[in-house]
Parts: sequence; structure tokens; C-alpha cells
Amino acid sequence: MSIDKNTVEKVARLARIRLEDDKAEQLAGDLNKILGMIAELNEVDTAGVEPMTGVIDMKLPEREDKITDGNNVDAVLLNAPEQTAGFFVVPKVVE
Amino acid sequence: MANLTHLTIKAALDGLSKKEFTATELAEAHITAAEAARHLNCFVTETFDHARAQAKESDARYAKGDAKPLDGIPIAMKDLYCTKGIQTTASSKILEGFKPPYESTVSSQMFDDGCVMLGKAALDEFAMGSSNTTSAYGNVINPWRSTAHDKDLVPGGSGGGSAAAVAARIAMGATGTDTGGSIRQPAAFCGIAGIKPTYGRCSRFGIIAFASSLDQAGPTARTVEDCALLLKSMAGHDPKDSTSVNRPVPDYAAAIGKSVKGLKVGVPREYRMDGANPEIMALWDKGVEMMKDAGAEIVDVSLPHTKYALQTYYVIAPAECSSNLARYDGVRYGLRVPGDNLIDTYEKTRAAGFGDEVKRRILIGTYVLSAGYYDAYYNKARKVRKLIWQDFIDAYQKCDVLLTPTAPTTAFAIGENTQDPVTMYLNDIFTVPASMAGMPGLSLPAGLSSDGLPLGLQLLGKPFDEETIFTAGDVLEKAVGFDALPQTLQKAA
Repeated sequence: MSIDKNTVEKVARLARIRLEDDKAEQLAGDLNKILGMIAELNEVDTAGVEPMTGVIDMKLPEREDKITDGNNVDAVLLNAPEQTAGFFVVPKVVE
Repeated sequence: MANLTHLTIKAALDGLSKKEFTATELAEAHITAAEAARHLNCFVTETFDHARAQAKESDARYAKGDAKPLDGIPIAMKDLYCTKGIQTTASSKILEGFKPPYESTVSSQMFDDGCVMLGKAALDEFAMGSSNTTSAYGNVINPWRSTAHDKDLVPGGSGGGSAAAVAARIAMGATGTDTGGSIRQPAAFCGIAGIKPTYGRCSRFGIIAFASSLDQAGPTARTVEDCALLLKSMAGHDPKDSTSVNRPVPDYAAAIGKSVKGLKVGVPREYRMDGANPEIMALWDKGVEMMKDAGAEIVDVSLPHTKYALQTYYVIAPAECSSNLARYDGVRYGLRVPGDNLIDTYEKTRAAGFGDEVKRRILIGTYVLSAGYYDAYYNKARKVRKLIWQDFIDAYQKCDVLLTPTAPTTAFAIGENTQDPVTMYLNDIFTVPASMAGMPGLSLPAGLSSDGLPLGLQLLGKPFDEETIFTAGDVLEKAVGFDALPQTLQKAA
């Protein structure tokens, strides 16, 4: 499987990264080299093998359902590029 | 007074407790060394005044006789660890100016134990790289130089700033994170020791995430024993990281000075690859002989899926990174490039904030997770990962530790291996398999190449058996007797 410029542009849109006009072509080349390497995985017989998510055989720990943290508006907003009245500000999303 | 910056952590703790020198003198000696070596570019952010204040507190504790386990030890903190109120960038433009309102668990434990932070050490952007050339804040230069040419060399990556600082005697130790080799490969390139403990041993809370099923914190220092001292402080259960394991932290330093008589050292035959660097293979053979001479039993073992580890890594790590890095959207922290609407703002912010390698990995990750390719790539890689893990479990039926080289080459010149991303990825060929399996691994300096550059050997252990690695590493370290200094320091001496 090899990917072309259009696929790179589509994936970049999914990843929310704007590409310069000439970048997609070059990236397609890079990504195909990486995918070419990855394709070697097809040589491996994985019939009946369970996909592995984590290396530790451990149940996700549970704790009592109570508030342990919060009410830190100032700390949360400390690094906001733009804020007002205790909220993050973004460009208008609803007309 | 001895040259303070050349002491081991162990010796420095001894000197501090005997009042041969103060923590302030120790910090000042390292600050002076750091100022003299600014051309190496080890730090994104220097925190010398912070270090001075911490050293003063250490001295007060020494005066009162209630010093902490690592009181007064000057360290470098990889700039992937969130440090409260101190700029934390992950070497990315997208986080320039970011001052975390909280402290990572590992760094807070180290500060509680008295460590003194000299600065935030440079890394490859978001820890993605093997050469420290993807940082948005400039390349880090390896303090070692080749006798064959006069080019600046890479310190390895991603933890190049940490490794270069420790090798250049700017810091006594440093924190690292290892996702595919980011502690061990730079340690090998810079002639120092470094350990990636078992996945789950250290809390990941407050460490900027790259690939969460692989990322693990660990120390780098000039001796195996110093790594043991640092790991003791870094390790431990943390309710804030659901993958951190709740089991007691042993006194790792107690594993130093023990015998390896009867220890079974496995030598995985698949690590002897076609076209391998003969010098590195010879060093490996020498290491095997040394372990044998020390009384260990050498066992031939097989890790049959080794040749697929890198391929598996380059599906799983980008997949996880594409998800983890979705949070950098210009809304809550970091860079924002204003756009016509919200999506335009996201796209422009991420285009301007991420470097090329980070973009490549996000795109690969997005692709392998996208509809139609998820099974072919992502699930396939997760299945192969299981087989790689099983290889280790099987090998550990026959041996207690594995001995391998750390990296396939010595430090290369800045700018080399950049023409093709895959060439750069090959650097991690010996470190990635243990990462995929979550096994602990230590790299230690084991010799010099014919052109005067450090070479490392790697010891891999059973899950949560860092102690055996420390015992074996200490024995090997003493047999090797590595005492070479980076050329830049030889000139100064």
C-alpha cells in the first residue's frame, strides 16, 4: 500500500495540521518509506494472537467516587492564550 | 578540595555528610561548569537561581543533621517533566512559555529527597528522535569528539541534553524518559550509564506524554550505582497514574557489590545482525567474556521476533502520539496562531507549533488508526507486540538477564542520517524490543571505538527485577573500568 499526495492531505486534515502547498508531496515520500518498513509486519504469522494493549497484567485500579481535586480556575487558566470571565476564549463556533 | 564536578553522586553524598564541602559549593561548581559549556546547548531553560535556593535549603538540613537521601545533588531535569512555575517545553515551539501549575510526581519525589535542579534539559521535540536534532531550541552537541574528523557529534536522543550534561560534568545525574531507547541510546553515545526501569515502576503523572503504553521515566548518571540511587527516589506507586504499579521500591543500591556467580546471562542470537558494526560486536563478545570470568553462566537464547520490533514500534508509538498530541490545539495553553474559525485556528497553530518529525509521526499515527487501516496496521502491530513480549518471557525461562549492545553505531555527526527518516529509526534497533515488552534495561559505557568514541552495552532484565540488572551492571562496570573523559574536558583538565 502506498499513499499519494491526496491521502496525505486528507490525513493532515484529520490531524488538524495545515500543510504548505509543496509539503504534501514531500511528506508522501517520507510516509511511504515508513509504511514500507512497517509493511514487513505482514511476514509475521499472528493467527490466534491477542492484540496487546499494555504490558502489565493489571486491572485498572478503582477508587472511591469522590472529588479529590478542583476549584482551581486560576491555575487552569494560567497558560490560556486568551481568556475571559473564567473561560477559555476561542473563535466563534455557533452562528 | 577534589574537583567537585567529577565526583560520583555516591562520593558527593559522602563528602556533603562529612562537611568536606557544602551543597552551595557543589551547586556553584556545577553552575560554573554549565556556564563554561553553554556551547553544548544542554538546557532549554537554565534554573541556576532555583538551584542556589535549593542548595541553601540542603545546607540548612545538613547543618541540622537531618539531610535527605539525595540532599544537595545537582541534577538536570529533562524538559518533558512538568515543573511547577518553571517553563516546560518538551523542546517544542508549541509549548514555548508554558509554565505548569503543578509538579510531576517523579520530580516532586526527587525534590523531596533533596535534589537540586540546574535546568531543564533539551530533548528531541516531544522525545521523538534519536539525535536531539529535532528540538525547536537548537541541537545539543555531544561533549565527545571523534579523532577521525572535527565535526560536532549528536548526543543521541531523545534525552540528549540530559546525557550531554552528565557526560560534560555539568550535572551529576539527570532524569530521562525512555519510549524506544531515549535514556539508553544517549547514555551509550555520551559514555555514561542510564536505566529504563520496568514499565509501571515510575509514575508518568506530569511527564508530557508521547506514547503512553511505552513511556517510562528513569535516571542517567556516570555510574551504575548512581543510577540505583536516583531510581530509588524516582520509583514508586502513584494513584495519579493508573498504570503505575503498587509494589514496594527496593533499596536498589543494596544490589551493588554483589557477585554474579551462577547468574545466567542470556545472549540473544538475533542481535547479531547482518552488516553489524564489527567493533560493537567485538565489544559485546568482550562483555560476555567478562561476565563469564566473573562467574556468570552464559546462555544462548533466541528472541525470534526481534527483527520486527522497530516496525511494531513505528505503528504503535505514532498511533499513541497522534492521540496524545491532539491536546495541543491553541486553546488552553501554549502557542495559538489565530485563524478565521476554530478549525482554522487548530490547523494553523499545529502547523506552526510542531516540527517536521512530530508532524510525520502524527500523520503516520492518524493514518494507521484511520478507518480501513486500523486492522491492517494497528491491530497487526499489537499482535506482533504480544509475540515480542512472549519472546522475552520465554528467554527468561532460561536466563536471568540478557546482555546486548545498546546502539548499532557510535555517535554520528550532526546532520547525518537525516536524508531518510527510516535510517534514523535504525538507531533504536537494540533498545526498542525491550520497550515494546516493557522490560527494564540498563546501558553502561563499555569501551571506546577506534576513533575515540564511547560504546555501550545493555543489560535487560525480568519485569521489576531492576536489582539483578544493577548487580550485573556493577560487575560489568568494574570489569570494564571505563575512565575515559570527553575530549572537551581533557583539554580543560
